[in-house]
Amino acid sequence: MNRDLRDARTSTRDANAWARRAGARDALGVPAAVVAAGMLGFGALALEAGIGLTLAALCTAGIWALPGQMVLIEMHMAGAPGVLTLLAVVLTAARFLPMSISLMPILRTPASSRGTLYAAAHLVAMTSWAWTMRRCADMPREARLSYFIGFGGTCWAVSVAATIAGYYLAGSFPPIVRLGFVFLNPVYFVVLLIGEARTKLAVAALVCGAVAGPLAHLVNPQWSVLLAGVAGGSVAYLIQRAMGGPRA
Amino acid sequence: MLVCGCVLGTYLWRGVGVLLSGRISVNSEVFSWIACVAYAMVAGLVSRIVVMPSGMLADTALGERLVACGIALAAYFLCRRNILVGVGAGVAAMMAIAVARAA
Repeated sequence: MNRDLRDARTSTRDANAWARRAGARDALGVPAAVVAAGMLGFGALALEAGIGLTLAALCTAGIWALPGQMVLIEMHMAGAPGVLTLLAVVLTAARFLPMSISLMPILRTPASSRGTLYAAAHLVAMTSWAWTMRRCADMPREARLSYFIGFGGTCWAVSVAATIAGYYLAGSFPPIVRLGFVFLNPVYFVVLLIGEARTKLAVAALVCGAVAGPLAHLVNPQWSVLLAGVAGGSVAYLIQRAMGGPRA
Repeated sequence: MLVCGCVLGTYLWRGVGVLLSGRISVNSEVFSWIACVAYAMVAGLVSRIVVMPSGMLADTALGERLVACGIALAAYFLCRRNILVGVGAGVAAMMAIAVARAA
């Protein structure tokens, strides 16, 4: 009996380690390369702004959200007041609320500890969210949290390393290559979002969001991400409901 | 100081998300709405970057960016939904367009 229990625990640990490794393996392809490219650019930007290497690496490790980090650096360079900068950075991160709310019920099991879930929440980012939402649907529930930690943790570690590398490499990229790096992020999300939209509701949300994004930016750049998401998402949801289609 | 504030402010959304997620079932209408909002937010940010970029991308034309995105998607679907091929083709297309214009 005891032995069975011990075997069961060992096999759970083994299964978790396996799922973490699977997540790390999946991360070490395009996702890590894309995240690294963005963070290389951030390292270069931090150097230009006259920010220390340690602080730049801490930004990536602590914030780990490229839009927020870029807002922080650019407003700091423009000499904006700290309170405004803080507000802008925190607003750019509002997208993590719905991501975290929608991801956690997929990852959570009755056995998962609160500490692990709150630690895992730090790894919620655009790439890890979009990828895990897609992959975890076909995965046994017990494996999902470990998979996500392996995937997100790997992307996070790569990001910190890439920031440091970018800081040192800054200025040595020719402009054409830099342009490619800058374009990598948007084109990655274009392919991922359009290619992997599986439900009618997801397609509706993508279309409405894509239309709302630039419009909201014209109205108010600082609120645009939040505004486009809430407005576009709500319209998509209502259209789908009115048509009586299947849920997400 | 400012960086600490930004770190905490950013984590706040993620942590509150965990807190709230316990009260919202995966199949509820609220969850569908939240998933919609999250998708729309990311789609909105990406389309804004493609349509109205800042920084280096602002020096390229809208048509050039759209062509590069189209090539990326075409490569992705032609290579049986290979994200790596799609993204690589998009980046290569953008660099080729820049080289062609400079020449």
